[in-house]
Amino acid sequence: MELTGAQILLESLKREGVKHIFGFPGGAVIDIYDQIPNYPIQHYLVRHEQGAVHAADGYARSTGKVGVCLVTSGPGATNTVTGIATAYMDSIPMVIFTGQVPTPLIGNDAFQEVDIVGITRPCTKHNYLVKDIEKLAGTIKEAFYIASTGRPGPVLVDLPKDIMQAKTGYEYPETISIRSYNPNYLPNRKQVKKAVRLIAKAEKPLIYAGGGVISSHAGQVLTRLARKHAIPVTATLMGLGAFPGNDPLWLGMLGMHGTFPANMAVNNSDVLISVGARFDDRVTGKVNTFAPRAKIIHIDIDPTSIRKNVSVHIPIVSDCLNALEAMEQELDSLEDLDWQQKHDSWLKKVQKWADEHPLKYESKEGVVKPQFVMEKIYQITKGEAIISTEVGQNQMWAAQFYRYHAPRTLLTSGGLGTMGYGFPAAIGAQVAHPDKLVIDIAGDGSIQMNIQEMATAMSYKLPVKIVILNNGYLGMVRQWQELFYNRNYCSTCLHLNPDFVKLAQAFGAEGYLIEKNEDVEPVLTKAFASPLPCIVDVRVEPEENVYPMVPAGASLTEMLLV
Amino acid sequence: MRHVLSVLVENEPGVLSRVAGLFSGRGFNIDTLNVGPTLEKGISLMTITTFGDEQIIEQIVKQLRKVVSVIKVVDLTDLKSVEREMVLIKVNAEDSKRAEILRVADIFRCKVVDVSVDEITLEVTGDQGKIKAIVNLLQRFGIKEFARTGTVALRRSMQ
Repeated sequence: MELTGAQILLESLKREGVKHIFGFPGGAVIDIYDQIPNYPIQHYLVRHEQGAVHAADGYARSTGKVGVCLVTSGPGATNTVTGIATAYMDSIPMVIFTGQVPTPLIGNDAFQEVDIVGITRPCTKHNYLVKDIEKLAGTIKEAFYIASTGRPGPVLVDLPKDIMQAKTGYEYPETISIRSYNPNYLPNRKQVKKAVRLIAKAEKPLIYAGGGVISSHAGQVLTRLARKHAIPVTATLMGLGAFPGNDPLWLGMLGMHGTFPANMAVNNSDVLISVGARFDDRVTGKVNTFAPRAKIIHIDIDPTSIRKNVSVHIPIVSDCLNALEAMEQELDSLEDLDWQQKHDSWLKKVQKWADEHPLKYESKEGVVKPQFVMEKIYQITKGEAIISTEVGQNQMWAAQFYRYHAPRTLLTSGGLGTMGYGFPAAIGAQVAHPDKLVIDIAGDGSIQMNIQEMATAMSYKLPVKIVILNNGYLGMVRQWQELFYNRNYCSTCLHLNPDFVKLAQAFGAEGYLIEKNEDVEPVLTKAFASPLPCIVDVRVEPEENVYPMVPAGASLTEMLLV
Repeated sequence: MRHVLSVLVENEPGVLSRVAGLFSGRGFNIDTLNVGPTLEKGISLMTITTFGDEQIIEQIVKQLRKVVSVIKVVDLTDLKSVEREMVLIKVNAEDSKRAEILRVADIFRCKVVDVSVDEITLEVTGDQGKIKAIVNLLQRFGIKEFARTGTVALRRSMQ
């Protein structure tokens, strides 16, 4: 039987197990929308295409499945670019379908035409323009395969309108093989042995976990390995949740806003085991003083990440799960060592740093501190919520003062730092996890970037909670202005914020205002229990800063503390 | 240091842009770039010359390998290889200079591909050193136009 291009697309999505897609219709994709009701796929209509991509991204991060979105040509397609770049920087598996003008019009500056394949080339893992209906099914199969294998990433498929209307016989390929694409999943055994020998000799080992641990489902093995061999663990922002945040070996995040014990441990470690992390500048600070005493073992599925920023002693190109399992086996074959005893003095030293400089903030009479709000959210949720964040101070407080016990419980734009990410991502996560509490930690600046998606949350009865740490500023930039630009608060004061409570109510959602410490717990508890989406506007200390802070370009040990 | 990279790619729309975009987007520089089809249908060979220290070249090679349409990348620099480039040079050739120009052309085994009253166009093939040398020699007559293909290279069979 012959199917139209639109039917082939939806049938293929069904075969890929896609149940939820996020999108926004337009002229170029009407044929697809016309067919959606005939397929077991729930479409979520967003209010802006950027919301669709971030929602698909939040869906992907919280489940590990490929997130899918569908938008029209031209402006619909260009509106996705920020979301695509966000997913690309954080290696999130996603397939983006964009409508395109009919093939005879391509290149003619037709209405709503844009070269989206050209525009997104630098920020997708791969992309396609389908010019032949015979290639449509195969292309979709490839897109899902490429997005979800190796180092995951977004793949864009551009679909001209006439291809969606054309008809052909349908056959979905069972398997796929791409000559030029063969990700390496298995570690080199010799390298693993070398790494293990190094670990066995180490007196001050440290594990530095990144997002790769989460995307390769390696959290459990990592945790087992660290506990069994008494190795303290730190993580990047993307790695939070890879190791339980309430474990005694947990040091907290490292880097620019990392904890004192984490940064000191990096500086003093003799073997640094980096797993699925890429030595980002926000993590390393001044590169040539990063981990100066350590031999570095670097596990990453992407060879380009290895030796890009720092020199590495033992590179292991592999999926993190396979590499850690291989390491675990090799470590088991070593003669019995009392690891606890071997690392005893190192663990004590690390503990001493933690005791001397824990994460802290100064309480002030009559003022709500954002860190206090995060602590309360952790207490109320017992660490069992899915937290998404916007970007800036709110994001860093969410990283520091909430403890993530499991992978995929923190959704945050790490690499690109996309303001406006958190709320639509939370919507995507709530679609995937209808029974879980999903909370977007926001700033008053960033929430205004995609607040229109409250209509989406309301339409589909998605009870996402937004907690705005409202300080009346673009807080992180203001903090930099205060510390490094002589308090020249140019364009960072948000003079005219909307009344967020009324704004929530305007959408039919619930709005709450918190201005006093004693209201924090009861109001948050009430909001979290509500079946509706809520905005909780918490008026916090306007000029509170995120500490510790390593100034850009300084060494990790040069921390500004509270 | 100068490196010659031989890059086998799928011959599909946008592949040149993917490769060139990778260089520009990451701040690497392409010195010369040459693309042509291979004997195998659907596959093209790019020869890219670029400059950089070891770490930069390692990144370039790895980044190229990461491009989904790239099948194989070989850095020919450390291998024995044959390198050639073809250049067309249009040079001023008044009567009094013509004989000398033709003598130089002969020494360098160039071909004269076009002649007019006061110009000669030469076709030169060779490695970078040879091309540099003939350009130096011809410059004093006045080079009016100059077009080069960029390097093509193959590794030698006997390594």
